[in-house]
Amino acid sequence: MEILLAIMTGILYAAGIYLILRRSLVKLILGIVILGNGVNLLIFLMGGLVKGRPPLIPEDASALEGIFADPVPQALILTAIVISFGLQSFAIVLIKRAYKVLKTDDIDTMNKTDDIT
Amino acid sequence: MSEHLTIYPIIVHLLTAILLLLSWMNPKVQRYISIIGSIVGIIVGGLLFSQVWTEGIQSVQLGNWKAPFGITMVADTFAVTLIVLTNIVALAVSIISTRNMVSSRLKFGYYAIFHFLIMGLSGAFITGDLFSLYVWFEVIIISSFVLLTIGGRNIQIEGAVKYFTLNMLSSIIFLTGIAMVYGVTGSLNMAELSRIIPEIENQGLVHTISLIFFIGFGVKSGVFPLYFWLPASYHTPPAAVSALFAGLLTKVGIYAMIRVFTLIFPLGEINQMILMVVAGFTIFFGGIGALVQKDIQRIFSYLIICHIGFMVGGLSLFTEVAIVGAVMYMFHDIIVKATLFLIGGVMYRIFGSTRLYDMGGLMDNYPRLSFLFAIPMFALVGVPPLSGFWPKVSLFMASYTQGEMFLLIMFIFASLITLVIIAKIWNSTFSKKPVEREKRKAFKYFEKFSFAEKAAYIVPIIILVGVTLYYSFFAEHFQVISERIGKELMNTEHYYNAVFGIKEETKL
Repeated sequence: MEILLAIMTGILYAAGIYLILRRSLVKLILGIVILGNGVNLLIFLMGGLVKGRPPLIPEDASALEGIFADPVPQALILTAIVISFGLQSFAIVLIKRAYKVLKTDDIDTMNKTDDIT
Repeated sequence: MSEHLTIYPIIVHLLTAILLLLSWMNPKVQRYISIIGSIVGIIVGGLLFSQVWTEGIQSVQLGNWKAPFGITMVADTFAVTLIVLTNIVALAVSIISTRNMVSSRLKFGYYAIFHFLIMGLSGAFITGDLFSLYVWFEVIIISSFVLLTIGGRNIQIEGAVKYFTLNMLSSIIFLTGIAMVYGVTGSLNMAELSRIIPEIENQGLVHTISLIFFIGFGVKSGVFPLYFWLPASYHTPPAAVSALFAGLLTKVGIYAMIRVFTLIFPLGEINQMILMVVAGFTIFFGGIGALVQKDIQRIFSYLIICHIGFMVGGLSLFTEVAIVGAVMYMFHDIIVKATLFLIGGVMYRIFGSTRLYDMGGLMDNYPRLSFLFAIPMFALVGVPPLSGFWPKVSLFMASYTQGEMFLLIMFIFASLITLVIIAKIWNSTFSKKPVEREKRKAFKYFEKFSFAEKAAYIVPIIILVGVTLYYSFFAEHFQVISERIGKELMNTEHYYNAVFGIKEETKL
């Protein structure tokens, strides 16, 4: 399972970076979304995978015993997902606006702010 | 005072922002609330500073979860000094925003977002947890996106696309680093990490992870070769926003870099080498970039990059003297860069343009203003006894005694090239004859301003120049503060003891 997740993370990173390097604005945002998902998967993977042992204390014990799943990565991922959701919704509005005022989808033609005037 | 004073700088700006949201459609009230909020922020920052100064590093465990299980907020001297300076810049920016921002922008929640940004900065400075540092960074960047795009001129949108992409990417890289640190150590508490990391057998892996963090923070702070978003976006928003960004946003990247590379991953020889080369090239390309620009706000944007090199260079030397120099340079740079962008805003109002070609005759028409503007410019160059000179003493000394000639030459190069650039600005704005050309019709020039409007533009500059002058003539105070910061940063056990509530026998 770890190997599968590791390969999946790699694919998501590669796809995200490939899309960011394209010239289209929409693909840029898609690339960032995919990269964000790749990171979430990476956190999940790095926290260690434990099958079928939730971090719940049994009724007759006072502490967790043996190997149990780490709840922290899930809290981290949840936070990261919420944050990236907010940023992505901003990004989508931004590219819509950018397309409207700049009348182009091509990042290569967006060089007005870099001109030496 | 209570131990919870540590989190008050965050709460002050949170409450201010909430009040501002409640008075959404009332720009007049918003202006007063924002200024009062910033003043309260300075007072709280000052109280926290005095507490940290007398009682040592303060820490709060949020929700009373003991470290390392909960989120810890730690206020050490470095963090609180930055909070005080941040609040001073915030006050200056909120005063100039009363007139620099048209009320349609205020109606879209400019001030509320502005205070959320200051809240994020305060949070990033005092957090003691790596993941919550990431969360504060996100608070900062999402507020800065809104501030950058508010108003929605074409050029702003275009700058925002570039700013957004690179900052988003750097957050993702930062989060990747956090994931790997968690995988290797199983902890995200910075104080605990400082003990776990040296005991890991595979130190090569640790070095690699630390470089992921370096790239993440490097994009935020604008080091070579990751700085291209900065000059493409910083000149697009109104001067008040640019000043805020220039003063504080790149510095929070540097803050994170200094914190992570002193506390968690002490620099090894290879990383020192990498940082040093990056610092040198940052200075070189920032300086050269500023030299070819012809627009005053863009020149200042490139100068930000150029001077980031001083702080990264100071960190890369990794001795106490060098860290003292880097930290002291950071304090100077926050104030001076914010002042310069505000000055750029006033010049735009005077000449109706930010291009150097369109300017001239400032000396004849506004002699007192010219004198005021000259102070931060010369402070930037580092003319003694102004503020830029003092940190350079420590930096030059450290790089010379360690025999790092490349860095020393780059420091000298930066000082000289800054002098050339300031001389160029001086020539074309202050002493050159003004260019005869038609006045823009629907544009309010500085000379037509009412007294209140002029005051709103000039008072913040006077406040910041006052801080610069205080720094210049009482540099000893900042030197003492920076030396204590250097001690705290290089001896991590103080930080560790504060977080885990271990009583210290010897005080700093």
